Amino acid sequence: MSDERVVSPGFTGRRRAPAGKLPPGQYVTEDFPVLSATPTPSIPIEAWSFTLTTEKGEVRRWNWSEFRALQSEKIATDIHCVTRWSKFDTMWEGVAIDTLLAGVQSEAQFAMAHCYGGYTSNVPLADLRSGKAWIAYGYGGKDLEPEHGGPARLLVPHLYFWKSAKWVSGLVLMREDQPGFWERLGYNNYGDPWREQRYWGD
Amino acid sequence: MLDVPEWPGHTAGQHLDVRLTAPDGYSAVRSYSIANAPEGERLELTIEELADGEVSPYLAEGLMPGDPLEVRGPIGGWFVWRPEQREPVQLIAGGSGIVPLMAMIRSCALSGSAAPFRLLYSVRSPQSVIYADELQRHAGRGVGVTFVYTRGVPEGWPHPPRRIDARAIASATFGAAEQPSCYVCGPTPFVEAAANLLVEAGHDPARIKTERFGPSGSS
Repeated sequence: MSDERVVSPGFTGRRRAPAGKLPPGQYVTEDFPVLSATPTPSIPIEAWSFTLTTEKGEVRRWNWSEFRALQSEKIATDIHCVTRWSKFDTMWEGVAIDTLLAGVQSEAQFAMAHCYGGYTSNVPLADLRSGKAWIAYGYGGKDLEPEHGGPARLLVPHLYFWKSAKWVSGLVLMREDQPGFWERLGYNNYGDPWREQRYWGD
Repeated sequence: MLDVPEWPGHTAGQHLDVRLTAPDGYSAVRSYSIANAPEGERLELTIEELADGEVSPYLAEGLMPGDPLEVRGPIGGWFVWRPEQREPVQLIAGGSGIVPLMAMIRSCALSGSAAPFRLLYSVRSPQSVIYADELQRHAGRGVGVTFVYTRGVPEGWPHPPRRIDARAIASATFGAAEQPSCYVCGPTPFVEAAANLLVEAGHDPARIKTERFGPSGSS
């Protein structure tokens, strides 16, 4: 956007957020809004699996009970949606992507999250490593609800929340970057809330 | 109504970011669906004023005709209907979720498209219908318009108020065999319910596009 702002006479606004915690252009919500482009898919646990595919085509797959047996972590984090709400201090439980990648030989620098229902989202692999991202199946001490992405969703809280793909079914590691669903439809390829990378060209 | 010089044009269903800036530089931005069909540099927004809102009360009551407003758009390339589309179109609206769907109905009329359109519109009562007269005109040229009343029904209505359900889907919408493109917009619980009803009625989830707004109601 341009730096020259149109001042709206008589508008004061609210300014409720603590400094340094809220990215530019966001407002705080206590609620947990739902934004999805499609119906919420019904995914029975028995049919669920998570598949990691390397750029060389090597595959690791976990069914639900195998996945739940992996070391899990509790995550407390703020989340930021491109539609401008932010929610502070959300509590998640899930498996770190580092855990899934342990021992995997890969030179890939990018990853595409694939989901039940067909949604995709691309993320640089560096943004999924080093304790920055998880496959989350718990929220607020309970199972993650279907409308919020359950049985499991990607959680990459330092990027806008469309990157935290709901109903995730796998990660495909890629040598070259490719745009995912929203990234092809006008939304930013990287999506850093602190640099307000909402749309193409930001 | 906004006049936006050099507006690049939009597709029915897209939205617009509106930015308000206070004299001290604080600003707040919200997205609103564009209500009119693509036509020149004039945009119509239909905005529901939220009692505890930060932006909508100002737009409804503080903003005066002729005041400048900072906007950005059009935004969104998914929840859209294009005049090239030939297949039947099933629209399902809850409350102010009608706005982007109205843009699709208007775009269909403006482009002379022969695509069959049906709208199933859930409202609290007859008084809460947005675009009532215009919808009647569109019904007169062949758009199937059916209302679901959730709180109060018109006089003589054959049944008490009720929420959208499988009966409404079965009696008033295109069947799955006709392979319509479905667009569902409204508050989150409404969209969840309506989209699930379509899937249960046999529609391919890949043909159902949804747009949700407001609180989830469950958290």
